[in-house]
Amino acid sequence: MNATAPLPPPFLQPLLPTPFHARSRAASRVDQFVPWAGYTTVDVYTTVEQEYFAIRNTCSVYDLTPMVKYRITGADAERYLNRLVTRDVRKLKPNRVAYTVWCNDAGHVIDDGTIFRLAASEFLLCTAERQLNWLLDSAIGFDVAIAEITETIAALSLQGPTAYGVLKSAGLTGVERLKPFDIGRFAMNDRPITISRTGFTGDLGYELWMQPQDAEFVWDSLMAAGSSRGIRPIGSQALNMARIEAGFIMPNLDFVNSETTVRIGRDRSPYELGLEWLVDLKKGHFNGRRALLEEQRRRPARRLVGLDIDGNKPAEKALLYADRHCSRQIGAVSSAMWSPTCKRNIALAMVDAPHFDMGRQFWAEIYLCRELVWERRVARARVVEKPFFMPERRKLTPPGDR
Amino acid sequence: MTTSYDSIVIGGGHNGLVCAAYLARGGKRVLVLEAADQVGGAAVTREFAPGFRVSACAHLLHMLPQTIANDLALAKHGLEFAAQGMSTTALSQEAAHLRFSRGAVSGIDHADHAAYTSLMARLRKFAAHLRPILEMTPPRLGTSAWADQTGLLRLAWQVRSLGRADMRELLRIIGMNVYDLAEEHLTSPLLRGALAFDAVLGTNSGPRAPGTVLTLLYRMAAETAVGAAAMAQPKGGMGALSDALAAAARVAGAEIRTGARVDRILVRDDRAAGVVLADGETIEASSVISSADPRTTFLRLLGTEHLDTGFVRRIDHFRHRGLTTKLHLALSGPPSFSSVDDATLRGRILIAPSLDYIENAFNPSKYGECSEAPAIEIVVPTASDPSLAPPGQHVLSAIVQYAPYAPKLSWDKLRQPFIDCLIDTIEQYAPGLRKLIVAAELLTPADIEQQFGIAGGHWHHGELAFDQFFMVRPVPGAAQYNSPVENLFLCGAGSHPGGGVMGIAGRNAARQVLKKAA
Repeated sequence: MNATAPLPPPFLQPLLPTPFHARSRAASRVDQFVPWAGYTTVDVYTTVEQEYFAIRNTCSVYDLTPMVKYRITGADAERYLNRLVTRDVRKLKPNRVAYTVWCNDAGHVIDDGTIFRLAASEFLLCTAERQLNWLLDSAIGFDVAIAEITETIAALSLQGPTAYGVLKSAGLTGVERLKPFDIGRFAMNDRPITISRTGFTGDLGYELWMQPQDAEFVWDSLMAAGSSRGIRPIGSQALNMARIEAGFIMPNLDFVNSETTVRIGRDRSPYELGLEWLVDLKKGHFNGRRALLEEQRRRPARRLVGLDIDGNKPAEKALLYADRHCSRQIGAVSSAMWSPTCKRNIALAMVDAPHFDMGRQFWAEIYLCRELVWERRVARARVVEKPFFMPERRKLTPPGDR
Repeated sequence: MTTSYDSIVIGGGHNGLVCAAYLARGGKRVLVLEAADQVGGAAVTREFAPGFRVSACAHLLHMLPQTIANDLALAKHGLEFAAQGMSTTALSQEAAHLRFSRGAVSGIDHADHAAYTSLMARLRKFAAHLRPILEMTPPRLGTSAWADQTGLLRLAWQVRSLGRADMRELLRIIGMNVYDLAEEHLTSPLLRGALAFDAVLGTNSGPRAPGTVLTLLYRMAAETAVGAAAMAQPKGGMGALSDALAAAARVAGAEIRTGARVDRILVRDDRAAGVVLADGETIEASSVISSADPRTTFLRLLGTEHLDTGFVRRIDHFRHRGLTTKLHLALSGPPSFSSVDDATLRGRILIAPSLDYIENAFNPSKYGECSEAPAIEIVVPTASDPSLAPPGQHVLSAIVQYAPYAPKLSWDKLRQPFIDCLIDTIEQYAPGLRKLIVAAELLTPADIEQQFGIAGGHWHHGELAFDQFFMVRPVPGAAQYNSPVENLFLCGAGSHPGGGVMGIAGRNAARQVLKKAA
């Protein structure tokens, strides 16, 4: 059972434990925790490699509780969200999830996140950062109630090829009917649990939403059910690798909240982030629409693209140049890794026009530290299609029972 | 039946009527929609007691530019004056009143007289240089448009052309408070009080508030283009001005409908396309110009779903609650102020005996309370225009600083005590006043909101202060009489240059609409 000492009182503990904390602490082998939205969460349990391969080959469990959750209800909830975000929320049916971004007046992205439509007039907005102020100011003139309910919901992400098998073994029936972005309501031993077929890995996966008091029970049940299916808790580092392969962007790594930037030109539009597919200019007015309409008429000055880079040295934070002599900078890498699954050296990078066009080539200046000696490599980089990895099993319904 | 117009003007107040008249003169098919049964908005003459009529809000005309009066031929359309070039008297409890007439003051000692004369000469010079700024459409910052660039250059030139010494002095004092300025130059408490009163009249500031020199210069600049008629009382009250404006608009071709309350602005394809009336009637137009206050226009008539959150946040933060109140007294005979002759009674009378008096009047309002000793501007319109009351009887009209929009106690509980307080205050200077009173009416900011549709009941549709002035009035993104929604314009006091019965916002808005259509 729980071998750790009781937690100190809250005033001595600036970071909160999640409802899974006792379990994650017990499973941690390297005691590597990081703060996330006011909670202490696991960065690495054992080794990043082991955890990464659980995502891609078996089944991973990730504590998602600190994800900020807002409950939005009321007669105008749909109209409110439709004005807030870039996608057409009217098209989102109950028990469906949509990924979206939302912008400020200038059409620059504040955050990305997911909208869960739980009922006709009840939504859950999941975001990376707290932004109640923006959400409340956006509610002026709408009949909605907005409440942050992060603490009232415990959440686990179950991702990997055997994720469905684990849920089935745990006795959950009907999960096989969930298509990607579906929401279903289930019970484990009479404990209510909401499952959405969503995730941040680009793989087959589910997110489980439960009452905090059921958290340890659900964790234990999944671990028991998944023991023969290679289940393994993972930390944020492994998840970050999977999301780069899936081509997903991260706030504060690939873009900065436009309401918090202080330097001119540091905020990004959905077009610059390569998210034009999220922008519905035809749905009527929404925050930033008039600015985006203008921007859409121009060619963006820069764009977030996927890169394939020669060699196997991750191009983390690398500057990008038009020429091999690195005299003319045209961009910079925001996220990079050697992809073990794709066997490619991949990166997400913000690249100036016209270099961001598909197939364009340029140069990445990569710094390596080997036993405290810094070396510099200049490697060829190519603009390639994203996502780098998106297996068939992600979309298959019913999912593979492995 | 579908009727279609080039332009719909929401609100038949003076700015709405001026806008409509200029649009009609520019060849537009214009419809003015006024919710009340008579035109004029807050510039109306109303009966407040049987046989007693009074200008409901503003009771003096001192800011309407001669250019607008000439353009619209207001004299031809029936505007006459019962009094012009009215004097101002600052009442003293010792009956040693000061009298201001045609820029000169009498009743103070030689040193103060000299100081006052030189201070006013300098302020008048500043006001004259600021005057073109009052008249212009504010430029936008951060654009490369020619009009914006030249506008900014003009602004810089108006300041620079004062010459080095005066420019320095203007920049020194413009952010200052009027309390310090008055103390720097003047000695007489009464004289200081009179100067400060003009700076804070209609605002939410006491004399110690920074920016009150700006509001003083604003008032003086607004008065510079009025000519000899400055400080006038229209014959028949302010409603006569509105009637003349309406006549001018009609003659130019505008249609005016009263009793037509706009419920919302119609938006189609992200453009204003007309209005829907409270009775459900839809009227289409290729542009909609609202003389309603910004809060009402954007949050109520347009709806936030057509606006971005950042813009809505700015409108929501626009300081729109008034502290100015109006008192109307119906009197059975002429009020008798101690040591005040008939000529003085035909002028403007101030109760603002010192700087501290006004500051103390202001203090309670910060905490949701009414002034215990309010600062008051009194006019007895019947002294010059007997038609406003039954023969031999009189009307006293008073603008009062300060009473809150939302007092800690409700207005239901405060109304009568505050009326009594006002009567007591005036009676100190006009013994026997109470015995003459036939009826009394108090218009609190909450009443003004309710009766004239001005959210917050602020006379200027929103506080006049640096943060809500010129290029940022009412807020960035709507400071050129435009709005984020195409074909929706603003022409009310919430836009530059602000309130006061001036009409410049209405005229400038019409110019913008005509320019857009050209």
